[in-house]
Amino acid sequence: MLLGEEDYITEDGEFVINMGPQHPSTHGVLRLKVWLDGETIKKVEPHLGYIHRSIEKMSESLSYRQYGYLTSRMDYLSAHINNLACALVVEKALQVEVPARAQAIRIIISELTRIGSHLLWFASAGLDLGGVTPFFYAFREREAINSIMDENCGARLTQNFMVPGGIIYDVRPDFQSRVKEVLKQFKDNFHEYNEILTGNVIFQNRLKDVGILTKEDAIAFGCTGPTARASGLNCDIRKMYPYDGYEKLQFDEVISTGCDSWARYEVRMAEMLQSVRIIEQLIDNIPEGDIVAKTKNVIKLPKGEFYQRVETARGELGVYIVSDGGSTPYRCKYRSPNFANLSAIPHIARGYKIGDLIAIMATIDLIIPDIDR
Amino acid sequence: MKTLLSYSFSSLAKHLHNLLQNILGGGILLTVTELVIVGVCLLVFLILLAFFLGYMERKVAAFMEIRLGPNRVGPKGTLQIVADTVKLLFKEGFTPDAADKFLFNLAPGIIITTALLAVAPIAFAKGFQIWDINIGVLYISSVSSMAVIGILMAGWSSSNKYSLIGAMRCGAQIVSYELSIGLSLVSIVVLTGSLSLNDIVESQANGWWIFKGHIPVMIAFVVFVIASTAEINRAPFDLVEADQELTGGFNTEYAGMKFAMFLMAEYINLFVVSAVAATIFLGGWMPFHIGGMTGFNHIMDYIPSSIWFFGKTLFIIFIIMQFRWTFPRLRIDQLLNLEWKYLLPISMVNVLIVTLMAIMGWHF
Repeated sequence: MLLGEEDYITEDGEFVINMGPQHPSTHGVLRLKVWLDGETIKKVEPHLGYIHRSIEKMSESLSYRQYGYLTSRMDYLSAHINNLACALVVEKALQVEVPARAQAIRIIISELTRIGSHLLWFASAGLDLGGVTPFFYAFREREAINSIMDENCGARLTQNFMVPGGIIYDVRPDFQSRVKEVLKQFKDNFHEYNEILTGNVIFQNRLKDVGILTKEDAIAFGCTGPTARASGLNCDIRKMYPYDGYEKLQFDEVISTGCDSWARYEVRMAEMLQSVRIIEQLIDNIPEGDIVAKTKNVIKLPKGEFYQRVETARGELGVYIVSDGGSTPYRCKYRSPNFANLSAIPHIARGYKIGDLIAIMATIDLIIPDIDR
Repeated sequence: MKTLLSYSFSSLAKHLHNLLQNILGGGILLTVTELVIVGVCLLVFLILLAFFLGYMERKVAAFMEIRLGPNRVGPKGTLQIVADTVKLLFKEGFTPDAADKFLFNLAPGIIITTALLAVAPIAFAKGFQIWDINIGVLYISSVSSMAVIGILMAGWSSSNKYSLIGAMRCGAQIVSYELSIGLSLVSIVVLTGSLSLNDIVESQANGWWIFKGHIPVMIAFVVFVIASTAEINRAPFDLVEADQELTGGFNTEYAGMKFAMFLMAEYINLFVVSAVAATIFLGGWMPFHIGGMTGFNHIMDYIPSSIWFFGKTLFIIFIIMQFRWTFPRLRIDQLLNLEWKYLLPISMVNVLIVTLMAIMGWHF
């Protein structure tokens, strides 16, 4: 079929392309149907469902010890934080007191996950905009973080460490020194990221004034995480509804009022440093003691509804459990940050160029398996 | 004093010509034989050059990206590119059903032909030139601008929407950046008073233009390097391919040897623009001479002219390769703004200044 036939151009002379499900910059099987006028985007329509695995339904037949493991397959870059959400909701229902040692280790691991996730975002954002070199810079540090995960929980992807009541194993004896080593490496190399990408005029021009998401829109679309914080919205769950001991720590909620892609970039870069700050407060003060609270072998939640939210690397993850008093959830629902963030793309991408759509997707930092679940 | 090292290859060529004339006699047979010999030598040289540049690009990329690069196939990974070529050779030369088959298969040929044609007037060493044409500069800029036809053809005939967008971008991009390239070439033509590449090289016997021509020529050099990077569609101006936006752009549908031809054309084009920049601004095969210092100049003459030429060319290739591994890609409107709002006005004013300089004789 050649150009000019109806499949290519709509009646209004618009050019329709399918960005995805196999496209280098959708980072997964997301399909964006894009109506173009020349290079300008008229309309974007996300089509979902290519990686739906019915995690919520599967959870209904798994016990409260088991169902959290599926969440590592949702937002695979925030696997530990997803697990934490599942553990926290069970603890909240059972009113279990988590040992202080477990809490500290959980936070350290969560924040390492956040740094690792933002590093991967940095790498892929550079790659999406055509710069290959930042990818390798960021992966150097991400590899070091992954090694710590590997040593302590046995996996580099789809990690599982948090269980209801605490953590599954105690950390290795050299955990503290290894984390400090990685933090030192990260801080020493952080200036290189700024040199290769942040300070680059081309990169700045690609992001500035692109994909404006106003505060009102961010609220309306339910955006959370760095995406919404770049629009000036206070939405850090760690500050607003502290969980697991975050209330005892000193850190800043990074807020920018730039509203554009560049603001989202800056917020994430600053968040990495805040995570480093959190880990540094804890790493020398990990209390001794138990690593997991005593729970019954078969956990049964009391009848009722339970909700717990955490701040993953991409925003607010909510776990909603309806229990009928049995050993498996009656209904399990995840409020995933990426689904809400994705819904903003059709609105904010309108009127920009194709290259800008890539920049918007890069800075909103979508993880596709988390959209479909 | 004529040393062996400043040997001109023209006497070698004359000798070969006489030899062939004795064997074959004059006439059409002689011309055809000579053309075939030159053509085969050129093709072999350019294929080896494309191999080398492919290897160099990987090593430069690895150097920039704190990794090792190819190091398994052959000594230091030098045969990796050969292995890749063998793989591309054995791949199916796939033609999509919906494609315009004639144009689809013709496009790689056009692109590689234009790339090869542009090599003709370049002087590789003293007297080593395939075609000493007296409008060399004009010839190169006109021939290399024909590549846009091949890219447009490839994008249009692929019957792929991404390819079409890539091809349209290519049209806008190459046509715009040719202006800057032309104007920066004109500035040297004004100073030299000749369009022949040979004359331009000879005119730099007492110093290269980039040193003799003060700041205006340096500006012209920078403009030329930027614009020619855009002209050959290399990052950060690789909007025509733009993997992350257009999944490969005009060459999305190509596979096997047809794709290899695009790749080879890219490297040959890279060589051509670097060689032209080296010839026009850095003296081509002319050794580093400082006017008046005879002793120093003699020492420099001992370095063979081909080493001077390839050294300068590789230096510029290295700079252009570093662009690719450092900068993110521009957006299409930023790309056109850069040309029409910055480079073109700068080079227009620059040409005026250079002309004034040439009239008043202010250069060395």
